[in-house]
Amino acid sequence: MLVFIIRRMLQSVLALLVMSVLIFVGVFAIGNPIDILINPQADQAEIARATAALGLDQPMWVQYWEFLRHALAGDLGRSFSQNVPAVELIFERMPATVELALCAMLMAIVLGIPLGLVAGMKPNAWYSKTIMAGSIFGFSLPTFWVGLMMIMVFSVFLGWLPSTGRGHTTLLLGIPVSFLNWDGITHLMMPALNLALFKLSLLIRLTRAGTREAMLQDYVKFARAKGLPMRRIVGVHVLKNILIPIVTVIGLEFGSLIAFAIVTETIFAWPGMGKLLIDSINVLDRPVIVAYVLIIVCLFVVINLAVDLLYSLLDPRVRLAEARA
Amino acid sequence: MSSVAVETPFRRVAADFAESRLALVGLATLILILIVAIGAPLVSPQNPYNLATLDIMDSKLPPGGQSLDGMTFWLGSDDQGRDMLSAIFYGLRISLGVGTLATVCALAIGLAVGLIAAWFGGWVEAVIMRLVDLQLSFPSILIALVLLASLGQGVDKIVIALITVQWAYYARTVRGAALVERNKEYIEAATCLALPTSRILFKHLLPNVLPPLIVIATVQVAHAIALEATLSFLGLGMPITSPSLGLLIANGFTHLMSGKYWISLYPGIALLITIVSINLVGDQLRDVLNPRLQK
Repeated sequence: MLVFIIRRMLQSVLALLVMSVLIFVGVFAIGNPIDILINPQADQAEIARATAALGLDQPMWVQYWEFLRHALAGDLGRSFSQNVPAVELIFERMPATVELALCAMLMAIVLGIPLGLVAGMKPNAWYSKTIMAGSIFGFSLPTFWVGLMMIMVFSVFLGWLPSTGRGHTTLLLGIPVSFLNWDGITHLMMPALNLALFKLSLLIRLTRAGTREAMLQDYVKFARAKGLPMRRIVGVHVLKNILIPIVTVIGLEFGSLIAFAIVTETIFAWPGMGKLLIDSINVLDRPVIVAYVLIIVCLFVVINLAVDLLYSLLDPRVRLAEARA
Repeated sequence: MSSVAVETPFRRVAADFAESRLALVGLATLILILIVAIGAPLVSPQNPYNLATLDIMDSKLPPGGQSLDGMTFWLGSDDQGRDMLSAIFYGLRISLGVGTLATVCALAIGLAVGLIAAWFGGWVEAVIMRLVDLQLSFPSILIALVLLASLGQGVDKIVIALITVQWAYYARTVRGAALVERNKEYIEAATCLALPTSRILFKHLLPNVLPPLIVIATVQVAHAIALEATLSFLGLGMPITSPSLGLLIANGFTHLMSGKYWISLYPGIALLITIVSINLVGDQLRDVLNPRLQK
């Protein structure tokens, strides 16, 4: 187990390093940011001074080395456009994104697992077929278009929900959150549902497949023979047995929720990290782009590691396979 | 080869495929979409990119509105006075073209890389598969965004981004299939005949790992189209000179708040129908060609 953890950690560090080089080189290839930042009427000397001040005149490997040295000290450079540390800018926006992603995940779990159980219990009933047809649409519909249609229906035509921003925020342990007051909740509802749709479809399918398999097992027959009500069989016995893959997928998909929040945040002008990324790409604010991607990569590496470890704890068979390898 | 021997498996697949009415509807829709997309200049009421035929006075007309010179805009017009129906036909062409091109290229690269990994093994395989694992652990939209942020805009750039996102998936599938195939007797026989490696790889191994891949590729075209639309919507995809469906939707977004829904709604429906029909066909193909489900 310890060997496994150490090896996975080393792999994660290597992955981070490779990604940092790729990102740095990639971002370096963008057009000269000086052109955007400096007043067009500036003379040669001013341009040269600004270039030197930002360290853009150094050879690429020197820039990378400087970047890496600072990155390890938690300094990913200052935003070109706002002149504050890029990391600070991202951490300031992070609570909004995490709140949105958590709400979306919660919606997907609360709706997806029961719907999947129902559809798996009676796969041929009309309501099961309706649920499955709905999940196909959830998979096929592009997230951004669903978001637009939601705005069109609920904000423009019906005027029920606001379409932009976070609304009023309340401080919870010093972090601003939206879900503690009504105004914030109305702002949160549409983006969270929009982000949840894809995961909702995924969870429905996963739960349904698991339930269908589990319903054929002997322990279900035995529980029925004991005269347990169907509600208890499915809610306790079946659910417990199909939960392992579902928990794994929920863990793994959390990272992708944060990535897909880029789209949702752009549509609903939700002031999170994703919107910051798109805004930064539009003004070629390199340090912010690099910092965003590196932080996301770290997050993914940590999530993948945690899920792997959790999985091997939950399922002893995985541990055996690792030991033999 | 007799014609009967060639036709029989095809007929069997066709008959199995036709069992699902939904899949047939999907196939019919898809064929219709392809005809419209390829024949866009012939079936469109207007050439939406010929500025001489556009009139700013016709802008933002609702569906069914009449232009100044008597043409009917069945799906309304956009802020340039462009007929939405024609714009959608041309947009379909661009979206389908980009999606298909990227998928075919990614398939070719994934095939080659996957076959090489399975055949040579050792450190070559280790390096390739680590790279595949690394890439597949990140969501495609993130990789595509970062790539486009560094490459800039353009049709070629978005095709590169879509290829980069997809190839690893094929490489992994091909390697899995090829590892099974390479231990079979026909490969052993070919090795005994001392055929050159490239011939064994591409003439013997390739045809046997290809069919399941083509099915995956069908569904992947839908993914590529959706991803391209999303990136274009975010302003990082297609340039304004080649308006795909995603760009049309993005363009309509700015007018959505004032109730001019048709500029966004109809391109979105076209996108939705395309993706759903491709998925329906792909799903049924997978079931028909899956040996485990065969009766």
